[in-house]
Parts: sequence; C-alpha cells; structure tokens
Amino acid sequence: MTTMKLPLEGIRVIDMTIVWAGPFATVLLGDMGAELIRVDSLQHPDVNTRGQPIVPPAQISGGGGLQYPNRDPGPRPWNRNTQFNQTGRHKKSFTVDLQRPKGREIFFRLVRQSDIFLENNAADVVENLDITYEVLSKVNPHLIMMSLPAFGGTGPYRHFKAVGANMEAVVGHTWLRTYPDSDPTSTTPVFLADACGGASAAFAVLAALQYRIKTGRGQHIDMSQSENVMHCLSQAVMDYSMNGRVQGTMGNRDPARAPQGVYPCAGEDSWVTISCGNDEEFRALCAAIGQPSLVVDPRFADSVSRYRNQDVLDPIISGWTRDKVHYDIFHTLQKAEVTAGPVLKVSEVFHDPHLLDRGFWETISHPEAGTHVNPGPIIELTKTPLHIRAAPPLLGQHNEYVYKEVLGYSDQEYQQLAAQDFIGDTYVVARTQQATPASP
Amino acid sequence: MPHALEGVSVIDLTHHIAGPYCTKLLADYGAEVIKVERPDGGDPARRMGPFFHNDPHPEKSGLFLHLNTNKRSITLNLKTALGKGILKDLAREADILVENFHPRVMPRLGLDYPALEQINPRLVMTSISNFGHTGPYRDYKMSEITAYAMGGVMHGTGMPDKEPIKLALTVEQFYSGNVAASATLGAFIGAQVHGIGQQLDLAIMEMQTGNQDRGIASLMTYQYSGEPSHQRRREFSRSILPTGVYPCADGYVQFAGGPLSRWGRFCHMIDRPDLANDAHFTTPENFFASPEVKQEVETMLYAWLFQHTKQEVMEKGQEYGYLTGAINTMEDVFNDSHLAAREFFVEIDHPFTGPLQYPGANFKMSETPWRAGRAPLLGEHNREVYCDRLGFSPEDLVRMREQGVI
Repeated sequence: MTTMKLPLEGIRVIDMTIVWAGPFATVLLGDMGAELIRVDSLQHPDVNTRGQPIVPPAQISGGGGLQYPNRDPGPRPWNRNTQFNQTGRHKKSFTVDLQRPKGREIFFRLVRQSDIFLENNAADVVENLDITYEVLSKVNPHLIMMSLPAFGGTGPYRHFKAVGANMEAVVGHTWLRTYPDSDPTSTTPVFLADACGGASAAFAVLAALQYRIKTGRGQHIDMSQSENVMHCLSQAVMDYSMNGRVQGTMGNRDPARAPQGVYPCAGEDSWVTISCGNDEEFRALCAAIGQPSLVVDPRFADSVSRYRNQDVLDPIISGWTRDKVHYDIFHTLQKAEVTAGPVLKVSEVFHDPHLLDRGFWETISHPEAGTHVNPGPIIELTKTPLHIRAAPPLLGQHNEYVYKEVLGYSDQEYQQLAAQDFIGDTYVVARTQQATPASP
Repeated sequence: MPHALEGVSVIDLTHHIAGPYCTKLLADYGAEVIKVERPDGGDPARRMGPFFHNDPHPEKSGLFLHLNTNKRSITLNLKTALGKGILKDLAREADILVENFHPRVMPRLGLDYPALEQINPRLVMTSISNFGHTGPYRDYKMSEITAYAMGGVMHGTGMPDKEPIKLALTVEQFYSGNVAASATLGAFIGAQVHGIGQQLDLAIMEMQTGNQDRGIASLMTYQYSGEPSHQRRREFSRSILPTGVYPCADGYVQFAGGPLSRWGRFCHMIDRPDLANDAHFTTPENFFASPEVKQEVETMLYAWLFQHTKQEVMEKGQEYGYLTGAINTMEDVFNDSHLAAREFFVEIDHPFTGPLQYPGANFKMSETPWRAGRAPLLGEHNREVYCDRLGFSPEDLVRMREQGVI
C-alpha cells in the first residue's frame, strides 16, 4: 500500500515568524505537510520567541519562569522555552547572519529553493535587512512573500508595534468585551488577532499558491492583523455602518439568547455556561432545574421578556447550579437538549473525555525540554490524518540538512561557515557572557 | 486583474457564522461560491441583527450582508428527491463543498462524504461542527459562550472577583471559520497536486482548545511548569512600568508592555526626563519590587494621562517604544486616519440598503485583488444555476417552486 501524501507535501516555506500570529500560520501549514525552514541567527537572538539567551534570575522567579520545564532554563534556555516550543512542531531550524554579505548570499540560495516566505516582524525589519519583496522577487520570481505586521505595510501606524491586545483595542474589540458594570480597566489582554491572523495568513499564502499553480506567478501579500481581526466584529461594524449606532459591551449576554450567562458551581472557582436559544430550550431548562412554573411566569414567558428580565432569572439559575459539579450540569442539561458547557480550566481540558476520545492530544519527546502532552493539529483530515510528526527544533538543529542537502554546500564550505559563526547551536552572546542579574 | 481563486467552484451548504465566514473568504478572493439556502427563509443569519435602519427584513441583516459577499444564492430543499439529485449534480462539478450542519444531517440526507465521493473523487468536503463527527459530545449543542468556555481560555478571561467573561459578539465562530478556510484551501491544493479528495472533520471545540489566543500557550505552559499561565487577574508588571488599561483625558488606553529597559523612555514619554537617571526608581529593588515606588510612578503617569487623549497617548507611547493602543469605539474606528489612509472600508451597493461601508480586504495581494461584490438576495441565482447551468426550463422552475423544491 502506498502512503498518501499530505496536502502540502513538497511545499517549502521560509519561516521568519515571531511571537504568536506568524508562528501559528506556519503551524497550520506544517500540520498539513509543508516543509518549514525557520531562520535563526546566532548573532541576533529572537528574544520575543525563543526568549533571552541568558535568563535573568528575577525573570525565573516571576511569571517568566513558567515558560521553562520545572522553571529551569537549563544551559540552553532557547531550546526549552514554551513560547517557542508551543508552535515549534515540524519546524526546521537553520542559522544564518543576514547582516553579513555572505549571510545574504546563503539566504538568497534558500529563497531560490523555496515557495513561500512568511514573516510577521515589525514593518521595518525586512526593510533594514533589505530583504523586501522587491529584492527577493528578483532572486526568485515565483516566490510568494507574506508580511503581516500589526497594522499593515502602509499608513500612518505602519511602524507601530503591537501584540493582539493593543491592536484589538485600536479596532474596537476591547471596548466591546468589558463587564457591563465596569469599564475597560477590568479587561484581560486577549489575542484573538493572533489566532485569526495566523489562520488568515495561512489562507492567504495558499490562495497565492493556487494562483501560482495556475499561472506560475509569485506575489507579495500585505496583511494588517488589526484589519483582519475586525471582520470578527461584524455585528458592531455593520451596526455603525448601517445605523450609526455605537455598540457597547454585552458582557456574557447575547441579544438572540436568553437566559445566557456564567453560573457558579461546586468547587473552587468553578463555573458553567448556559445559553437558551428558544422557548423549547427554556422550557427544558426550567424542567431540569425543578422550576417548571417559570415557563408561565409573564416575565419569562417569551424570548423578549426573558431578555429583559435576565437579572431576575440569573439568581434562580445560580441557586440551582451552585452546589453541583459543572460537568454534571453540562451532561444533565445537554441530555435535556439545553445548550450548556463547563468553563474548563487548563488542567481540566487535558482530561476532557471528548478530546481524549477524539485523540486530540499527542505526546512529543523533545531532547532538551522533555516529554509532554501537546494539543494536536486542529485540522482533522479523514484520508490523510494529521499528527505531530516532529518535535520543535533545537537552535540550528537542521543546519546540516539545510546547508548541504537544500543549498548544496560542500562539507568543506560547511566547516568554513561554521568557523565564521553562521552555523552553530549556541548564541554568540551565550558563549561570551556570564549570567548577570537584569537591571533597568 | 484576475483573482487568486478564479475558477475554483464551491458548493456552500453553510449557515449562521462559522461556515459562511469560511466561504466568504473563498468568495472574496475569487472562488465561485454557490450558496444553497433552504426555501423557507434561507440562512438563519438573515434573521440576525443588526438590521438596516432597524428593519428586521431578510435582505437587510448586516451580519448576513457582511458574511455573504460575492456569493450566489439558490434555494433548494434537500429533503426532496429532486433536491438531493440537484445537489449531487452540483457536487459532481465542484472542487469544494462546505457544510456546517449537525453531524447527523448529511448522512440522513444520503449526502455524506462516501456518497459524494462516489460521484466526485476529487471533491474536498469541509464539515464544520460543534464537537466533530465522532466522540461522546457529538450530538451536544453549542453556542458562542459554551464554545469559548470549553476551549479552556475563558476561565482565565476577566477579573478574579468576578465570573469569567466571554469575548465580544460571536468572535470565536469567526475564528473557527477562519481556520476552516485555511484548512479547506490546504486540502484543495492537496486534491489538485496529489489527486486526493477528502473530508475535513473540523470540530469547533478542538479549534478552540488549540487556539493561539492563549490556548496553546496555556496548555504548554501548564505541561512545562504544572502551573496555569493565564489566570483571571489584573494585569501586572514585573516592574514599575505601566501594563494594562489606563484611563486618560477622553477614554482609555491599553499598554501591552515593552522591554524592561525602557525606564528612560518612559520618563521622556510622560515629560519627566529629569527622572531618567534617578536612582530612587532605577535601583533593582525599587524598580522590580517596591509597591510604594510603583504607586509614585502611577501617580505621575495618571497626571500625564489625564492631560492627553487616547490618540495622543497611543502615538506618544509608540514613539517611545511602548505597545500602546487607544481603546476605540466603532465611531473612532470608522474615523481612524490609518484605516482611512489604507482604504480599509469599502463601499458596497445593495438593492435593499443602498451603498454601505463594509470591512474590506483581510489582506492585500499584489497580483490578485480582493473583490467587493454584494451578498445575494434569497434565491437570486435560481434561474442562472438551474436553467443556464443545469438545463431546467423556466416552466420546470415553476413546478419546482410549487412542489417546494426551490
């Protein structure tokens, strides 16, 4: 029996992505079979993704220590940092210094051998390195290059730096997700823009690939992550556009579903969500909580009344949920055909029976970070099932493969490039500097 | 100029949000998307707000109009024998079929992947469902809030003294559609290059759990350290530098951090350059660990913030290396100079609303533009699809209408 090829097998992607959005895009491409070659540099550590080459002790004792297995950065912290390893699967790491002419020559060789170049650095990074599409398309006219800076490659904010939290503020998401009885200072920073930016970037390069399959032509794609995520705010965007109405937050409420909310359960900080979309669901909810008379109460008899009187309804529902286990409520209500779901803690998600049954979790052994359970591919293909095929790469782990097999350098050239610090597995700064406590 | 997905044909059996957003992306970049709607009212999103001038009319839902740009609409009753036959005829010629019915629906109609594969082995069939097509929760219901709850990050969203809070509107369904679009295109390229058609079983619960908005990070951090990384709490900084949301003269502004080396820049930002080298602030024990010193810094910061607008704070913060963002309302967004300079909003005309501003291209492709066609009226393309393409006569259409097929 021949093994079937994964959809993107044979597609090579140069991955110069950082933090979350770009790496998530290449996770999706890699899960579907694309070869990902990550550009690392011994001279210029990607501190945003692989972390500080030498981790200050203050950072380990603070929240930053959580990023390392058992809060131990080890001698090569860049290989143990979950910030990188969470999206490192299937990536091959090769090292090069793009600021030296020889490094550019090496990189251009890789560009010639690749289909896609994907990067989400601040807009000035590729300009300063002089590896813009204008330059690279002369090296490889078939190249697809995608950039996804926070606010896009043009316009007055093009050099603004952002993560999901502050780009979502600018395009309206933060204003719409506060508690109704509070102000935006009571918001958690969230990063929807990264999730959607990654998904759209993967979509974008595949759309360009489809066009290239038909015509042979490459192209450049510019995505503003903040514009992309604004599509998710459709109802508020269109309400302003159509009616001039400025929507505010609805908290946990939904205009089309009432009652809807988050209710306390038995146990420490444990909650369940319940959401009724129509009269039948409400009737079933009332029966399940032993309050069938609520159905005929004029305050709750129809969906509009229920929406108006949720503040009255919520304590009645809480009174029922408070001493019960969230999973029990979930199953009881779902079996009565009421929409409900436990607010799962991270520790609980790993044991959820449904995800276990679907085989969602996959165990990966990493030579320096150890063996851990990982969320598997979120794309489920039925004929060519997707699984994690390779652990996140150590810094420079695939130098031999990339330099010799992909780029065609000889053993002798390889040795020379290693002597010139293009090739290696340890940052230059980590070799030459002793760990010192951070100071401002 | 040509569009990237020109020539790609998509049968769209989706409704509500996640499915239609997936096919919107395909349609906006050039695929031919035929949206198959039920004859009795069509996509339920036509009944979801907001509505143009608050008039709840099936052709005036802003949500529907936004989610269905560039698609064609036909009506078809898939419960009739003729309806099933027509759907098979369409699937025979299609590259992609996207559906987000409950997992029981397509098999019950005799239109599941094994049946469709028989007539078109190259077909890519994307099935988006709440919990996927297998597993103990397969038949359970889901809404935006329950999806977010079960993905594992809602527990860490909000304040410690309050209940967890969802994100705005229905953003997680949009996110799910966004992932579905990339997965669909990946599988389609595989079908073309390797000749393998297949079905995608996309579970919203899995897309939520493996979400890049803190999901993967929380899970892996927990695996690495045994501790949760994202809990409900006020944002805190490991130093005296600002992190979180702050009030200012006309609203609020988000500080999403910046390198620890920015004390000097911070002083310049708040017009206190005299403090840049003041040991009171820069000695490590005061910089990292002193609540009193942090309080002093916040007092100076607030004094400065209340003299500046959110736009000024954002711009000045960015100038000094801070990841700042004004917390804008939709009115601010529509008046934002950056979005205007990039011409993000585009005007799209529609017979029932006239021209309106819509969110434009998700991304800009240098060779193959995004397109701005309006959403279809219910059944608008019946004649084109049934008569011009499938060879039915106008009289057949009348009979099909009378028999409840279209």
